[in-house]
Amino acid sequence: MASLLQPPHPKERRIIFGNISKPGYAPDIETYLAHGGYESLKKAITMKPGEIIDMVKAANLRGRGGAGFPAGAKWSFIKYDDGKDHYIVVNADESEPGTFKDRYILHEDPHQLIEGLAIAAFATNVHLSYIYIRCEFPKAAKIVWNAIKEAHAKGFLGKNILGSGFDLDIYVHQGAGAYICGEETSLLESLEGKRPYPRIKPPYFPAVLGLYMKPTIVNNVETICHVKHILAMGPEEYAKMGTPGDGGTRTMCVSGDVVRPGFYELPCGAVTLGELINDICGGLKPGRTLKAVIPGGSSAKVLRAGEVFKLKVKGPDGQMIDKDTPLLDLTMDASTLQAAGTMVGSGGVMIMDDTRDMVWALNNLNQFYAHESCGQCTPCREGSLWMSKVTTRIIDEGARPDDAKNLKNIADNIAGRTICAFGEACAWPTQSFLAKFPDEFEKRVV
Amino acid sequence: MTDTTTSQADAITPEFATEAKELISHYPVSKRSASLPLLHLWQNHFGFIDDTGIEWIATQLDLTPVNILELVTFYPWFRREQAGKTVIRVCRTLACALAGSYEVKDKFCQAVGLDPHEEHHGFGCAPPTSADGKFSVEFVECLASCGSAPVALINDDLVENISPTGVSAIVEKYK
Ligand SMILES: Cc1cc2nc3c(=O)[nH]c(=O)nc-3n(C[C@H](O)[C@H](O)[C@H](O)COP(=O)(O)O)c2cc1C
Ligand code: SF4
Ligand code: FES
Repeated sequence: MASLLQPPHPKERRIIFGNISKPGYAPDIETYLAHGGYESLKKAITMKPGEIIDMVKAANLRGRGGAGFPAGAKWSFIKYDDGKDHYIVVNADESEPGTFKDRYILHEDPHQLIEGLAIAAFATNVHLSYIYIRCEFPKAAKIVWNAIKEAHAKGFLGKNILGSGFDLDIYVHQGAGAYICGEETSLLESLEGKRPYPRIKPPYFPAVLGLYMKPTIVNNVETICHVKHILAMGPEEYAKMGTPGDGGTRTMCVSGDVVRPGFYELPCGAVTLGELINDICGGLKPGRTLKAVIPGGSSAKVLRAGEVFKLKVKGPDGQMIDKDTPLLDLTMDASTLQAAGTMVGSGGVMIMDDTRDMVWALNNLNQFYAHESCGQCTPCREGSLWMSKVTTRIIDEGARPDDAKNLKNIADNIAGRTICAFGEACAWPTQSFLAKFPDEFEKRVV
Repeated sequence: MTDTTTSQADAITPEFATEAKELISHYPVSKRSASLPLLHLWQNHFGFIDDTGIEWIATQLDLTPVNILELVTFYPWFRREQAGKTVIRVCRTLACALAGSYEVKDKFCQAVGLDPHEEHHGFGCAPPTSADGKFSVEFVECLASCGSAPVALINDDLVENISPTGVSAIVEKYK
């Protein structure tokens, strides 16, 4: 599995993957301790919980699971002394197509996650926590479970952690093959042993009515791992690596038609899409040219080669002006990609070259969403299936003149009309493929 | 759907019951949370989940059987019929499809003697399974290893960068 981990590119800054990259690094606790493990936790328990949250805020850490919510703000929704039980649930469901970073952390450096989780729990008065791992990672579940036992034996978990009086128990919970369980309220229902139908928000924001209807934090694996590094290097140093609204490093997972697919830990906003594709991933395969990029997991809106975006930048006299920015000059940070009409999402970048058929690619994603809709809301359950049926038929029989219009109509009637963000996730590919590649649909009309 | 003459629950060992208790203890706030862990335990042990499994788990957790059945019918992982000894789950989603996973899946089917066009009905049915009961092959969605596409999960092993010509050698290892 380590085959994807190449020597770091000069543009990379390996924080999360710092240890994993070292030759001979193993997931056991002795190795972790020999590499400075649990030092941040030792520091954390001497601090005031509020100080830790302030550090995470100052670090500008955004969630790495897809929605990009500021982690410090999320934690501060939990009122330390409200007399209620609180929980943290780690989202290790990693199922967004194009994303494959958490898998490596779980398998190769589980203590990094446990240390970050213990710090987060200490800061938010949590004594019981679950790590929700998709069941397609059976080895990871064993490795993390073993790491939890090792941490208990050394006094980093359990009762009275390192003499601080703070108690924490962590358990591994395995999913059962449903993508929707990555959505945080579905994940909580799943963890409660129910059918994992996402909860409606409001009122069921996890921070208010989460696991067992108690205030709960749900964070992605990578997000939690960043916490120990924020404590170790200080929030200013950490934030400085990224852009003002997007601190630290982000792991970009690149797949598809590039010479060197893999994951690359890069300071947020440090590279443009062009540098990512051409320098870091070795460019496209010989003789091929770029056609399309899905920049942040399969739900992110697709971008077309040659597109030029009008982005707001600071002009010479300090005023905001429009600047023409070609696709390959977009920097890979949250706000730039948002301004370009898409998102950095979960960091999964999928590249397609000129040999690829965009209707075929969209159909592949439509089949994914049709299979994974939980079925709770009519627009999503029916719409995802219809979109998939229409694109399948276009491929098998050719398009009817009004297919593109109908597809758009279906997608437009899902987004914004559902209980959870899967509605947008399944509508965006269809909406964006139609908007960016209308010619590919037109040419199939028979 | 399950056509067993013997009930799985009759074959529960004391060790199995102890393991179930241990799993339930991981959820001090609500026993119901142990539903998925017990279903996994059952399927790992017996290969699939029959009616007596659903009833037994419900009883342990003070639930009614439908609370468990509705999980078995929702989650793709669980099944109510025996599958092959080795289950080959080939990733179908975009990065793997770009890298040839459809062809790879067909090759797996051929290598174990299955018709590549045989459908997997879902809803607790076993995936298409070879006549000798050794192999099942199915498509699954993104396995979170898109950088080394195409990939398959074979039992507990992730197999990466699969080429159509390499399939028969992979199958050989699981025979
Ligand atoms: C359909 C859907 C699937 C999701 N899948 C995942 C996932 O696999 N892993 C993940 O960390 N977050 C996933 N999310 C995002 C979570 O709902 C949640 O925002 C995230 O876990 C919060 O963690 P973060 O703030 O650390 O990013 C998904 C969201 C949706 C709507
Ligand atoms: S939007 Fe789709 S996945 Fe989300 S709750 Fe509704 S039906 Fe389920
Ligand atoms: S698309 Fe196959 S592992 Fe992600």
